[in-house]
Amino acid sequence: MRAEAHSQPLLRTSLYDAHVALGARMVPFSGWEMPLQYTSILAEVRAVRGHCGIFDVSHMGRIHITGPKAASLLHKLLAADVLALQEGRSRYSFLLNEGGGIIDDTILYREGRDSFILVCNAANRPAVLEWIGRWAAPQGAVAVQDRTVGTAMVAFQGPRALPLALSLSPLLDGLRPFTFTRTQILGSECMMARTGYTGEDGVEFILPAEAGPLIWRALQEMGAAPCGLGARDVLRLEAGLMLHGSDITPSTTPLEAGLDRFVSLDKEDFIGAQTLRDQKRSGVSRRLVGFRLLARGIPRHGYPILNGTRVVGEVTSGAYSPTLDMDIGMGYVALTLSAVGTRLQVDIRGRKVEAEVVPLPFYARRPAR
Amino acid sequence: MSYPQAFRYSKEHEWVRLDEDGTAVVGVTHFAQEQLGDIVYLALPEPGTSVVQFAKLGEVESVKAVSDIFSPLGGTVLEVNKEAVDHPEVVNQEPHGRGWLVKLKPGDLGGVRNLMTAQEYEAFLAADGTKRH
Repeated sequence: MRAEAHSQPLLRTSLYDAHVALGARMVPFSGWEMPLQYTSILAEVRAVRGHCGIFDVSHMGRIHITGPKAASLLHKLLAADVLALQEGRSRYSFLLNEGGGIIDDTILYREGRDSFILVCNAANRPAVLEWIGRWAAPQGAVAVQDRTVGTAMVAFQGPRALPLALSLSPLLDGLRPFTFTRTQILGSECMMARTGYTGEDGVEFILPAEAGPLIWRALQEMGAAPCGLGARDVLRLEAGLMLHGSDITPSTTPLEAGLDRFVSLDKEDFIGAQTLRDQKRSGVSRRLVGFRLLARGIPRHGYPILNGTRVVGEVTSGAYSPTLDMDIGMGYVALTLSAVGTRLQVDIRGRKVEAEVVPLPFYARRPAR
Repeated sequence: MSYPQAFRYSKEHEWVRLDEDGTAVVGVTHFAQEQLGDIVYLALPEPGTSVVQFAKLGEVESVKAVSDIFSPLGGTVLEVNKEAVDHPEVVNQEPHGRGWLVKLKPGDLGGVRNLMTAQEYEAFLAADGTKRH
């Protein structure tokens, strides 16, 4: 969590009052005033791994892209095979620049033949809108609508989340991972999607902003622990999920980050494809690795990664993992240093701490049922 | 949370308690632990180390960030709280009690004059305390 300057007034989600009433510590984050934690980051992480938690993720961008040419536009802008994406299904994918670098990582939901919702990172919403607008304008027949401010988004995550959420909507029974549906919940139109950013099973609700507090209260009454950005960051790192701006950026490609399975290189041309195909052919020269420390310390963003005395990379994300009781991190190193078991060191404020490359994800939940 | 009357406080949010046997017990304040959030590691000096008033005593690392701890008094480290090192959450739970950090043999006790009383510290927090350091 890095501090940022308050040059612009911060946006507030429809759950702002609920957060304040719960005693949350509010912090500026990507232009929004968001809860960092309610009680304790570690307690919130444990709640999600052991039971269930709720997150206000209304700050994430929700961009509706519709029209007869929406599918072909997105097929060209995203690394995923959008034409093959079925209605009612979603895909994790990337918007790439011409050099194959990641402008943002996103989840694309296909609502209908000509109707999509793109959920993007809060910090990147302006850049994503600009990028889509730039490619949409010349071809026409596509409408791009940013519905972030008018809607709320709540993530309900943890081993108990789906069984408990069934009381809100029976449609959740049979909703498979990476599918979604529309329904009425507590008197409001609501989209329910089986996606998340914690490594646990769960559901995300998108609904009109004014209905946000209703569902938040209902989920809290079911026993869900309110969880802030601090817990969310630890949970996603344990699950090996990327944070854009840290682990992946406009100057790293999905192949360097080990995200090959989310790229459809054999589809028609898309922006960034040439670089990725070249990298696929000749191999990447650096890879994002996961590592654990062999002695105490937290490897934080920006700390140098060493191989002996030589700096070979830097930490992109790191944390103490309460689930594994281990200090974990990620960072880019030369391909020759990326094999599991490779010994490296992290320079923690002048102290060299031994580290070992481990497979990603650090944590994977037991398969459901 | 009330701040014990018997303690003296620094602007860096450490406290010191002078015991009858002449030792000085040092810890971080409730305000500090609350700002830090979940504390996961403590780096504290070995017994025998000399420390200077308001100079770095060690580091406290929370889930969110790492911060230096400054010694509210000068002296020699007598003992490190092993329980706090092994279970840093006690610093969050009982910052003014079981979560103490080190015991010192104070050098110049006159240094106490540079510290605040509980009332002064609470006034300091009310005026300026929203920002750590």
